[in-house]
Amino acid sequence: MNWIVLLPPLIAAVLITLVLHPYKKISVFTSILACTISLGGALALFFSSSNEGLSSFVWAAVPGLKITIGAMGDHLAVLMLLVVTGVGLLIHIFSYGYMEQDPSLSRFYAKLSLFMFSMLGIVLADNLVMMFIFWELVGLSSYLLIGFWFQKPSAAEAAKKAFIVNRIGDFGFLLGILGTWAIFGSIHFTELKEIVATSGVPAGFSSGIVALVAFGLFMGCMGKSAQVPLHVWLPDAMEGPTPVSALIHAATMVAAGVYMLCRVFFILELSVSALDVIMWIGAITSIFAALIALQQNDIKRILAYSTLSQLGYMVMAVGIGATTEAMFHLTTHAFFKALLFLAAGSVIHGLHHEQDIWKMGNLKKYMPVTFWTFLIGTAALTGFPFLSGFFSKESILFAAYHQNIVVFSIGIFTALLTAFYMTRLVVVAFFGKERTHEVHHAHESPLVMTVPLIVLAILSLFGGVIGIDHYIGEHKVAHEAGGFYFVMGLSITCFLAGTAGALFIYLKAKAEPFSLPLLRDKFYSDEIYEACLVKPQQVLAKALSWFDYWVVGGVFVRLTSISAAGAGEILRLLQGGSLQAYVVMFILGVALLCYWFLVRVAL
Amino acid sequence: MNWLTEITLNHYLALSGILFMIGMAGVMIRRSILVIYMCLELMLNAANLALVAFNRFSPAARDYDGQIMVFFIITVAAAEVAVGLALIVSLYRLRQTTNVNDLNSLKF
Repeated sequence: MNWIVLLPPLIAAVLITLVLHPYKKISVFTSILACTISLGGALALFFSSSNEGLSSFVWAAVPGLKITIGAMGDHLAVLMLLVVTGVGLLIHIFSYGYMEQDPSLSRFYAKLSLFMFSMLGIVLADNLVMMFIFWELVGLSSYLLIGFWFQKPSAAEAAKKAFIVNRIGDFGFLLGILGTWAIFGSIHFTELKEIVATSGVPAGFSSGIVALVAFGLFMGCMGKSAQVPLHVWLPDAMEGPTPVSALIHAATMVAAGVYMLCRVFFILELSVSALDVIMWIGAITSIFAALIALQQNDIKRILAYSTLSQLGYMVMAVGIGATTEAMFHLTTHAFFKALLFLAAGSVIHGLHHEQDIWKMGNLKKYMPVTFWTFLIGTAALTGFPFLSGFFSKESILFAAYHQNIVVFSIGIFTALLTAFYMTRLVVVAFFGKERTHEVHHAHESPLVMTVPLIVLAILSLFGGVIGIDHYIGEHKVAHEAGGFYFVMGLSITCFLAGTAGALFIYLKAKAEPFSLPLLRDKFYSDEIYEACLVKPQQVLAKALSWFDYWVVGGVFVRLTSISAAGAGEILRLLQGGSLQAYVVMFILGVALLCYWFLVRVAL
Repeated sequence: MNWLTEITLNHYLALSGILFMIGMAGVMIRRSILVIYMCLELMLNAANLALVAFNRFSPAARDYDGQIMVFFIITVAAAEVAVGLALIVSLYRLRQTTNVNDLNSLKF
């Protein structure tokens, strides 16, 4: 069963790369078909009553460690499978409209299929090592897709940056996995869960070690889900094609970190300090990214920072212990953020790759479907009452309210900022007057792009009420726990305040009325990295290069060759061409040998 | 005066050594390549003489090892003379000289 979900995208990727790439339409069709089969498999898993008999095989076994390639069939995995394949399928279809003119369309779809395979592998993984393998594969496909337009230096740089920053997190993740194995002696989720449930932490391991291991696992999430301070790669990853931003850098891959945290939550739970770290990093990320988003002008970058901020929310929810809420928000976020990115893609497509919102304006007249779906996405994200984002955000805030009032305040303030910057985006891009001449030539996108938008818009509208949260598990705090209406009232107030504020400021604005360099320049995080990491690294590299040139290359390589050549220069003077000089030397040599063997040795 | 009346191995070896030294000196100091060549032959024959003498005075002189080896040397020397003289003739035709001081272009 699980292979039907996992393998089709891999087969499609291999087929397209090896055979089908000259035939664009067939490649596209193969890739979409593979995704559809995966979705069918996921639906079958969803509807089957028991998922006990998923097949697995042993991939490597040494005494004390057995690594299987298998699958988990619990509700968490099935929900995530549905999100990945469902949103993935819509984005596959959308991409055909968006990328149709691209000469490397087949390559794009091959990479997209490779990504689907890796992502499904993460979701299905039944042990940490398998998850890590696919974790790395996802990193690779993300690298390939960000750098899809590798002719553009900025895209190539962004791809490298994403890969390198992710390496840092992955290293922590690997250490976390090794630590988990060292402490509990197993890497399989079900076994681990049993061990933790029955005996807890084995004797001999201090709480500090457990906290370190939990933090190592969280490092993986920090890299993949772009939490502060490893957030720098995600905004730059927007250099990739927009459907990629929607699929990988908004809906699925970046959420893999949160999914992984929910998977290993029973380990994180063993350490209160680790959970605190997770909660605070999530909270800081959410407000940090929301503040930066206030001053960005690139439509995709605003959405990227918004993604960061929402991921911060989810991580924060995990830190509070509210995994159900985190997964709920992950799901609804996947719907509306994929919708927003695809709608942004539709705008970019319609405007011939213009991304600056201050060069748009009044797009609602030219692109009605895109406008309405974007508006629905915005409403869902900002917490318009009774849309999907409202419920999921509400449940996180409610859990935070009962846990930690400071974190709750940060969450509420972030909600206010979210409403503000998203309304700013919508007002500037879609309302007002046309700011540049090009807008007059904007056109609505074809059906292949608008239909996925509409489907996602419907999901964003109703995703909150179809019971996703009850499918995953219990809410951390029951609604009866008190303060429910207070929290709801407060967040609706924040939504209204943020939206009204942005409407008031930006509806008539011709250019950005405020200039906050600190926010516009992303709190100088790139500059700080430059000064703290890149510069020292370059100094070290120069020193090592000097060492390599003068010591390794100079003393060991060039000096050796010079001494051999010099010895040759001296010895060749003996070869003067005079026959009798040779004879004399020869006879002297013979005499010397005779002396040595007959006189010295004989004595 | 024993050494005047009876010829022993040492006499032969002394003669062989003297012949060898004369040959070697000739090879080192004479300038004509033909003379050098003859001196080389002299050195070979000094060795032959020593071999025959050793065989003659060996306590187990039942076989003819020394003589056989001398025949080998004579044969090889004859072949060598044929090749060497041919080379010298050819060299002379090319350079119009047999003086080794003028034949020194083969160097670095």
